[in-house]
Amino acid sequence: MTARLAALTAGAAAAALLAGCTAGADAGASASATDTREITVHAAASLTAAMTDIAAGFEAEHPGVTVRLNVGGSSGLATQIIEGAPGDVFASADQAQMTVVTDEELAEPPVTFATNTLTIAVPAGNPAGITGLDDLDDQALDVVVCAAPVPCGAVAAGVEEAAGVTLSPVSEEQSVTDVLAKVTSGQADAGLVYTTDVAGSGGEAEAVPLGGGEDVAAAAGTSYPIARLAQAAEPELADQFIAAVLSDEGEATLASYGFGPA
Amino acid sequence: MTFGAPRWLLVPAAIGAGLILLPLAGLVSRVPWAELPTLITSDSALAALALSARTVTASTLLVLVLGVPLAVLLARVDFRGRTLVRTLVLAPLVLPPVVGGLGLLYAFGKRGLLGGTFEALGVDIAFSTTAVVLAQAFVALPFLVLSLEAALRADGTRHEEVAATLGAGPWFTLTHVTLRRVWPALVSGLVVAAARALGEFGATLTFAGSLEGVTRTVPLEIYLQREIDADAAVALALVLVLVSLAVVALAYGGSARAARRVTERAA
Repeated sequence: MTARLAALTAGAAAAALLAGCTAGADAGASASATDTREITVHAAASLTAAMTDIAAGFEAEHPGVTVRLNVGGSSGLATQIIEGAPGDVFASADQAQMTVVTDEELAEPPVTFATNTLTIAVPAGNPAGITGLDDLDDQALDVVVCAAPVPCGAVAAGVEEAAGVTLSPVSEEQSVTDVLAKVTSGQADAGLVYTTDVAGSGGEAEAVPLGGGEDVAAAAGTSYPIARLAQAAEPELADQFIAAVLSDEGEATLASYGFGPA
Repeated sequence: MTFGAPRWLLVPAAIGAGLILLPLAGLVSRVPWAELPTLITSDSALAALALSARTVTASTLLVLVLGVPLAVLLARVDFRGRTLVRTLVLAPLVLPPVVGGLGLLYAFGKRGLLGGTFEALGVDIAFSTTAVVLAQAFVALPFLVLSLEAALRADGTRHEEVAATLGAGPWFTLTHVTLRRVWPALVSGLVVAAARALGEFGATLTFAGSLEGVTRTVPLEIYLQREIDADAAVALALVLVLVSLAVVALAYGGSARAARRVTERAA
């Protein structure tokens, strides 16, 4: 009896799964025919809060339109897009990952919409008393950075080179938010993240300027490109969303989270 | 072929098998066979493989040393709150690994419950290989406890009582009677625990970090390579799949044979 019940449940679950798939496909196909339309925006993890606000504003101005945000590390998003993840817009945390997508001819020419700066994040109160990049080559400190292939890791490597400092990190994380988490939890004494990450940490992390000359400052800067994806199901809405990001209002929202103008 | 079940079961069963087999087939379809030897012998791949071998050995030993007493106590000693303890001990089986990682952080991290104690002892496990072993043992321990405790309960205490009446002490009874009779469950539980430790990812990433040769085990290396060099990630993934399948085959095949032997000997 139990086995039979289990089999019935399994069968019902499988049927529901299949039904769900078909329903989803239908909804996608007929979306433009009805009043409810939907666009999917792939956005870098560091843009999460700002993009959520911009998407809410966009939805308010376009009744019936839903913006689905897919946030994650830019390199992971680029991989997903190349592997065929559906979507309309891609906002990357660096040019390199956008190039990965444009090289495959999967996106229209991108536009830069924001800038960010690498900084040192320390736990609130700066217990290790760090004053700048020069302090971070101390072997006794637990310093965490992004792994080289991740955008924030590439920026960190550039900063190290410009400053002539060689860090020996105790961990090379997969995303900038992972670095920040190691700092806010007190596991790490310092980490290299973007100023916007520190601003969004709710006071759990503090920023310490990198120090050094103009070369370091130039190396610490990074720009965010946005582009419509070639496979966009809603190209018109995608362009309107990009326009909203580039508008004065969009820029003001980005600025409120610590992003610089493009 | 005799068919001892309703025929329509074939449909959901085939879908179920497909759900598991298709991703494996997808993985195999992407394996760059020509470059495979080069990819799995690169410096970073070898560092990850060596680290995984070391940490899995250590965590499996830890699971053996801590898991056997836990299983024996849960199966043989009737104490208040036993059900609660059993439920809690099995929690890592169902917890998302990242939640386990957070828990480990708040228990053993620098600002965790025992962080001060470790600091006083001069032990710094943050970002160390020890942290990886702890994370692996945390997720793997329940597999041994579950397997061994179930076998102990099924086996009952009859033989232990006989041994006691024949004058055997508690330690002799445990090692020569109790554990001997559940030997297959002990081995299969341990092997599955080792396989789970090998695949550990989320708790390690959250708790231990990711650094080549220190904390970046094979799953973490795959996760990193996936974004730079998908071929390298797939090559290492294939190694992991083959090792895990071998382990599962060993655990189930081996324990089935051993169980037959035990039954035959008993008969």
